[in-house]
Amino acid sequence: MSAYGSAPASGPREAAEWSNRRIVAVNLRAIVGRAYPRVIGLTREPSWLFFEIFLPFLAVSAFVFVYRALGAPEAFVGFVVLGGAMTAFWLNVVWMMAAQFYWEKDQGNLELYFTAPMHLMSVLAGMAIGGLVMTSSRALAVIGIGSLLYGVSYDVHEPLALAAVFLLTMIPLYGMGMLFASLFLLWGREAFHLAQLLQEPIYFLGGVNFPLRALGPAVGLVMATLPLGVGLDAMRQLAFASSDTNGVLPVGTEIVILVAMGIVFLVAARLALGYLETLARREGRLTLRWQ
Amino acid sequence: MSDELAIHARGVTRIYKAKPSPVTALGGVDLDVQPGEYFGLLGPNGAGKTTLIKILTTLLLPTSGTAKIAGFDVVNETAKIRRVINMVAGGEQSGYGLLTLREQLWMFSQFYGLPNRDGWRRVDELIEITGLTEQRDQKVRTLSTGQRQKLNFARGLLNDPWVLFLDEPTLGLDVAAARDLREHTLAWKAAAPGRTLLLTTHYMVEAEQLCDRIAIVDRGKILALGTPEELRRRVQAESIFRLELDHLPHDGGIAAISDLPGVLSAVPADDDTSDGAASDRVALKVALADDSALTSVVTAVAERGSQLIGLAKSEPSLEDVFVELVGRGFGDEEEEAVS
Repeated sequence: MSAYGSAPASGPREAAEWSNRRIVAVNLRAIVGRAYPRVIGLTREPSWLFFEIFLPFLAVSAFVFVYRALGAPEAFVGFVVLGGAMTAFWLNVVWMMAAQFYWEKDQGNLELYFTAPMHLMSVLAGMAIGGLVMTSSRALAVIGIGSLLYGVSYDVHEPLALAAVFLLTMIPLYGMGMLFASLFLLWGREAFHLAQLLQEPIYFLGGVNFPLRALGPAVGLVMATLPLGVGLDAMRQLAFASSDTNGVLPVGTEIVILVAMGIVFLVAARLALGYLETLARREGRLTLRWQ
Repeated sequence: MSDELAIHARGVTRIYKAKPSPVTALGGVDLDVQPGEYFGLLGPNGAGKTTLIKILTTLLLPTSGTAKIAGFDVVNETAKIRRVINMVAGGEQSGYGLLTLREQLWMFSQFYGLPNRDGWRRVDELIEITGLTEQRDQKVRTLSTGQRQKLNFARGLLNDPWVLFLDEPTLGLDVAAARDLREHTLAWKAAAPGRTLLLTTHYMVEAEQLCDRIAIVDRGKILALGTPEELRRRVQAESIFRLELDHLPHDGGIAAISDLPGVLSAVPADDDTSDGAASDRVALKVALADDSALTSVVTAVAERGSQLIGLAKSEPSLEDVFVELVGRGFGDEEEEAVS
């Protein structure tokens, strides 16, 4: 058989019978495949460096100068640099996870994802992992430049716990992005506006540029629903251990909250995706470009 | 029985919710496509072709009726169907512009689970046979429309599908690019036996060139189905030939031909441009009961001293068939839609 055909199966019914092992392998490959454009994008779009490192860094710098002008504890400078780095992940979740399916639909990719044999959760997972890798480099750049330029001194007693909290923050954060990917499409609104709607409130409620405790204990309840807020608060406690500015909740409690949120968001994302597909097939919208 | 068919549809309807009233896109389609068959759905915009493809590719549920791909139900066995099909649509802008052509194909190969090395090998093979070797490391966003559609076609073959759906694949392509794509489709047919193609198009030539059988679709219904020859026979049962003679038979004139057995009629051709004053050359339109009567016509002409200068069989086009069945042409439909 020439290059046009390569399948060794004797017929379509045989070709459609896949072992569980093959199903798992296909989905793992799909994750890698979908992550690829995001990872490779790191080197393909130098302009992103300006928009996603330099511009956020300007915002960080503004807060640093304000805190220093007000004579705030030096730890606040470290807080805002760390917050600036985590902002990159939030932006990635809002613009390149939540809004992504909406744009994939416009490009015609969503139809192809639906008709391919992998599970759509693998596509979302690939988007998340690729986004995480891509954004980590930017976040590290913000931390590196910010720390050097503003002389941030970290006091990390438990580096493993800090790394674990970072990863545990990423799971619900990107899980939320996976959930929103379906919801944005279901709501049928312009993804651009929905993303903008989410962006700024989370800067505030997530305590990106200030310690959340400054808003009072009641805010603890609100931030307990936001992965970014909980994770950032725990990471600040672990990265600046000797700081006399406490977190909203003990780190152990925040880890439990992050684990719970991770499970909830991933399960919710799976359910929303199932509902999306059912609705898409039943009502004939969502996947069809012309509707 | 339906398990042995590549595509099987019975009473498939699809009604879209719309205001002020629901729109019936498909009104009870029955269709059987054999494995290895290249089947065309020919119809104007809004005929229901794409809706049928969406249902068969598991993107859309039928409102009623049943449809199967290789015996797998499109409602309940979507996972199995997705393992053996692929789809390419005209004007498709899928993928990511920042990837190179080669990377884009590799990415899609991963969605079908091709092992890494096999995936790259298959990608390179498809790039070569679709004539995209020079563009292989070019970013997708820099490709021309024709190159882009060749890329889409290559993507559709990545998993070596048992049933390939091509939805208006040459839409918007220039003549050369469309011809290239049709040639690749025919090459796939020759190279991968047992594979089935369902093509939707509103280009008559494309349907005729690529398809073993064609269904003419309009307003959600199949109006006629058969081989191109069978469809033409529906509107023109007799064989019609255009005969060009150096002069009419001296013995009997046109009647010498029209009176022959098997000849239904013989009249001057509508396009007879011969100038009677300068030349005796004449063109005749001769209707025969079937092609076998042609021998006696040619013999009779020669016996009566006329010389046959030209002979051409006149066949109705698929568009003639469509007009006959629907009462309007494709262009009329588009004008209606615009107005």
